Amino acid sequence: MNTASVPLPAWINYGVIPLLNLLLAFFFSGLVVWAIGENPFDALQLLLIGALGRGEGIGFTLFYTTSFIFTGLSVAVAIHAGLFNIGSEGQAYLGGLGAALVALALDRYVPWYVTMPFAVIGAALFGAACAAVPAWLQAKRGSHVVITTIMFNFITSSLMNYLLVRVLIVPGKMAPESRTFLPGGQLQKLDWLISMFGGKLGAAPLNFSFLIALVMCFLVWVLIWRTKLGYEMRTLGISPTAASYAGIPYAKTVMITMLISGGLAGMMALNPVMGASARLQIEFVGGAGFVGIAVSLMGRNHPAGIVLSALLFGILYQGGAELSFDMPNITRDMIVVIQGMVILFAGALEYMLRPAIVRAYQKIGGK
Amino acid sequence: MDYFDIFVSIMGSAIRLSIPLLFTALAGLFSERAGIFDIGLEGKMLASAFAAACVAYWTGNAWAGLGAGIGTAILFSLLHGFASITNRGNQIVSGVALNFVAAGLTIVLGTAWFQQGGRTGQVPPSGRFSAITLPGADLVREVPIIGPLYANVVSGNNLLTYIAFLMVPLSWWVLYRTRFGLRLRAVGENPGAVDTAGISVTWLRYRALIVTGFLAGFAGTYLSIAQSAAFINNMSAGKGYIALAALIFAKWKPVPVMFACLLFGFLDAFANFMQGKSLPLIGEVPVQIFQALPYILTCVLLAGFIGVARPPKAGGVPYTKER
Repeated sequence: MNTASVPLPAWINYGVIPLLNLLLAFFFSGLVVWAIGENPFDALQLLLIGALGRGEGIGFTLFYTTSFIFTGLSVAVAIHAGLFNIGSEGQAYLGGLGAALVALALDRYVPWYVTMPFAVIGAALFGAACAAVPAWLQAKRGSHVVITTIMFNFITSSLMNYLLVRVLIVPGKMAPESRTFLPGGQLQKLDWLISMFGGKLGAAPLNFSFLIALVMCFLVWVLIWRTKLGYEMRTLGISPTAASYAGIPYAKTVMITMLISGGLAGMMALNPVMGASARLQIEFVGGAGFVGIAVSLMGRNHPAGIVLSALLFGILYQGGAELSFDMPNITRDMIVVIQGMVILFAGALEYMLRPAIVRAYQKIGGK
Repeated sequence: MDYFDIFVSIMGSAIRLSIPLLFTALAGLFSERAGIFDIGLEGKMLASAFAAACVAYWTGNAWAGLGAGIGTAILFSLLHGFASITNRGNQIVSGVALNFVAAGLTIVLGTAWFQQGGRTGQVPPSGRFSAITLPGADLVREVPIIGPLYANVVSGNNLLTYIAFLMVPLSWWVLYRTRFGLRLRAVGENPGAVDTAGISVTWLRYRALIVTGFLAGFAGTYLSIAQSAAFINNMSAGKGYIALAALIFAKWKPVPVMFACLLFGFLDAFANFMQGKSLPLIGEVPVQIFQALPYILTCVLLAGFIGVARPPKAGGVPYTKER
C-alpha cells in the first residue's frame, strides 16, 4: 500500500521521525568510532562533558550555536520560497567584509554599542549583495539558484582571498588578515549571561551576537508566518503556479527572499569576526554555511527548531574539539562525519522510516 | 626560455590539471542526463582518491588501487541513489551530505590508520600510474613546433590520461548511439514517458549512477596515485565543483565537456604560471582572477549571455510512480 498520503499526527512528524533519524545518524557515526578502535559510549560521554560540563564549554557551545542559527535561518528563509540557497557560506564570508569595514572605520571613535548597529547593517548588506546576482539570475534568467550560489561561493572566496592578501593585510605582516579591531569594534562578551547561571565564561568567545541571533529568529518567525510577504513566499514555495494565479510577482518575491537569506547569512560574520577574533581572517566561515543546511533541515525550517538544532551542532562542534584532546585517535574531523550523517539521515533519507512508522501507527492505534 | 617553450609547458600542465575534471564532469554527465543532480561529485572524488591510495599503499598494485577507487565511488553513488531515487529524498541535500561524509571519513580514517595527520603512506612506484613515453617521442623531439608538442604534451602522460580522453567518444557513443543512452536521456527529460514504455525508471537511474561512480572513481584514483603518490587532506580541493561548472558550461554534452575541462585546466595552469609575474600592458594580474574565472564564465553562460544552457528537464525531481 502507498503510505505517502497517510497523514501522521504532528508529534510523530516533528518529534518521533526526526529523533529516530538522528539516532540512526549517531548509530552510524558510532560505528565509525568503533571501527577506529575507540569506545563510542565513552566518546559520547566525553563529548557531552566537553560541551556542557563547564561554563567555558557552554560558552563555546553557544558561540558555535550563534553562527549556526544565522546560517540555518538563512537557508530556511530561502527554502520557504522553494529556493535552495547553498551559498550561505560565501554570503557569510562577504558579510564578514561588511562587518570588518564598519569596525575598521568606527572602532577608534565610538564605543562598541554604537558600532554594532552599523556593523549589523554592513554585514547584512554585503551578505545580501553576494546573494543578489544568483537571485537576479534565478528571477529573470531562470538559472538554477543552487548552481549559481555554488559558483558564488568560489567567486567570493577568490575575491576575499585577494582582498585579504593584497588590500586589508597589515603591511609587514605575513598572515592574510586585517588589523585587530580596537574595543570599539568588538562585540561585548556575555560573561553576565553565563554567570547568571553560576558559571564562568573564561576564554569562551560567546558574545552579543548570540542575542542578535535570537532576535533574528523571532523576526524570521514574524516574517514567515505573520506578514503578507511571508505568506507570498510560502505560497511560491508550495506551488509556483498557484502563486502566479494569485498574482504574486515571481521575480520580486524571489529577489526579496534571496536578499533576506543572504543578509541573514552575512550577519553570521558578526559572531566570529567582531565577537571572537576581532579581525577579518581568511576562511573564517569554516563550513558554517553548509552546516546551516543541516540545521535548517533538522529544525524543519522553523526558527524554534533551528535554535534547537543549532544547539545540537554547537554541542557537536565544541564537544568534538574536546573529544579530540581526550581521544587523540579521533580527530576533530569526526564532527564532519557526524554532520554528514545527520544531513544524510535527517535530510536526504528523511522519508526512509516513514512507511514503517505509518504501518506501526495504523496497527497500534490508528485506522 | 622563449614563448613557445612556455606555451608547451603550460599546455602540458593544463592537460594534467584537466584530467580529474574531465573524468568527474563525464561522471556528472551521466547522472545529470538521467535526471539526478549530483553535488556529491566532490565527495566521490575525494573518497575514491583515499581508497585508491590506501589500497595501492597496502598492495603495491596500481590496478588494485584503481579498483578500490572505482568501488568506493560506486558505493557513494549507490548511497546517493538510495537516498534520492528509492527514498525520493532531496538530491542536493543528499549530495551535500555525501560530501561531508567523504571529507570527514577520509581524514578520520586516514589519521587513525596512518598516524600522519590525514596523509596516507607514500605509495611505492609499482602502486602508481607513471608516465608513459609514447613511441617516437624521443625521435621527433628535435622537429620544430610539432616535436616538443608531441614529446611534452601528447606523450609523457600516465595511462589514466589517455583513458580520460578515450572516455569522451565512448561517453558520446553510449549516450547517443545505444539503447541505454537513449533511455537514459529520456529519463532525464520525461521519466513518465519512459515508465509508460514499460521501462523501470528506478533501475535506469541506478545504472546511470553506477556509471557516474565508475568515472568518478577514475578521477579520484588519478589524483592520489597518478598525479601524486599519496592521499593528502582534502585533496580534491573543490575540483568536483569546477567539474560541475564545466559540465554546465558544456551544456551537458560530452565533447564540449572535454573542451570546457581543457579550458578550465588551462586557466588553472596559467594561474600557476602567472603567480608573481606581470603581463605586458596590464601589469600584474591577481591569480585569484584566474581561480574565479571558471565560475564567473559559468554564471555568465547560465545567465544566457553565451547561448542558452538548458539542463535536463526532469533534473532534481524525484520520480513518483502514479498509483
